[in-house]
Amino acid sequence: MSTGGHILVVFLTLTSVLFILRMVRRGQLPAKYALLWLSIAVVLIFLAAFPGVLDRTSTWLGIAYGPATFLLGAVTILFLIVVHFSWELARLDARTRVLAEELAVLRADPPNDPAHLAPRPEDQPVEP
Amino acid sequence: MRTLVILPAFNEEAALRDVLRELRLCCADLDVLVVDDGSSDRTAAVAEGEGVPVAKLPFNLGVGGALQTGFRYAVAHGYDRAIQFDADGQHDPTQVAVLLDALDQGADLVIGSRFAEGGCDYDVGRLRGGAMGVLRLALKLLSGRAFSDTSSGFRAFSAPLLEYYAGSYPTDYMESPEALLLACQRGFRVVEVPVRMRARAAGSPSNRHVRLAYHYLRALMSMMSQAGRRSPAVDRVS
Repeated sequence: MSTGGHILVVFLTLTSVLFILRMVRRGQLPAKYALLWLSIAVVLIFLAAFPGVLDRTSTWLGIAYGPATFLLGAVTILFLIVVHFSWELARLDARTRVLAEELAVLRADPPNDPAHLAPRPEDQPVEP
Repeated sequence: MRTLVILPAFNEEAALRDVLRELRLCCADLDVLVVDDGSSDRTAAVAEGEGVPVAKLPFNLGVGGALQTGFRYAVAHGYDRAIQFDADGQHDPTQVAVLLDALDQGADLVIGSRFAEGGCDYDVGRLRGGAMGVLRLALKLLSGRAFSDTSSGFRAFSAPLLEYYAGSYPTDYMESPEALLLACQRGFRVVEVPVRMRARAAGSPSNRHVRLAYHYLRALMSMMSQAGRRSPAVDRVS
């Protein structure tokens, strides 16, 4: 890699790390995500500082083109992260839904007829 | 025997008042709950004007969420059974008794079918009819039982089923076939009875063609995943 290209890579990596660190410091990134992205950043810095490592790994894996190894790794990790986020999003959606429903039930007036005023749910016989 | 009529309503201010009045005339002994599914019109105000309790969802959840809200209300207030009734005037309140009769004979879930023998001629259009056919077939394959109307919104629920649905009613847009499958798998007794239905009094059908196709696909998907799930312990024997 040319010196210029190398400097560019190091610069981009450091900028991303600083950006993540700033978000952590401002409390915008909860610890679990901060840990995730920071460990990725550490790997990136390492690779940017020692490009030879990537080439040696490629040779070892039998991949002819060094950057392809990097892209393969990146795509795999990002794919897993996105799948994880889908799962987390679905869980959040389910929880929000329950909250909305419970809120609606709590705010609703009790049944009209005072003759059969609401027995509490715990008073109900439990079904087998 | 306390019965709750649940009306999920999304922007139904036009039809709701007449529906509520008709219900009161026809089924005076039943309690009514309107679930306002995040309407932007005066749906909740109309219902309150009629003196009916309203559960107001803070945002639109779709029929599944609105229904589950109704089930939670029914369970929280100790109802013995519940009816799902459309807020758009499509259902005939005189038919409520038909559903309740079937419940009394020991069913957990009663489906008011538009298409069953003795029901009405209800025209749904070719595309929708075809899509319904696919769902019907999928349900038959997955549950081993044939139903003539898998997407009916005119249904009755027993107390045990209410209890179950209050926590685990499907939330997808086309929820009823999936809910039907769930009930079958859980060993609840499901029956279908023919009912008369009318054309929609007001409000617009809730989907367009492309969206319809997408939602049918999604429903099919979630039914498949439902059926593929490790089958849950059957806590009731039919």
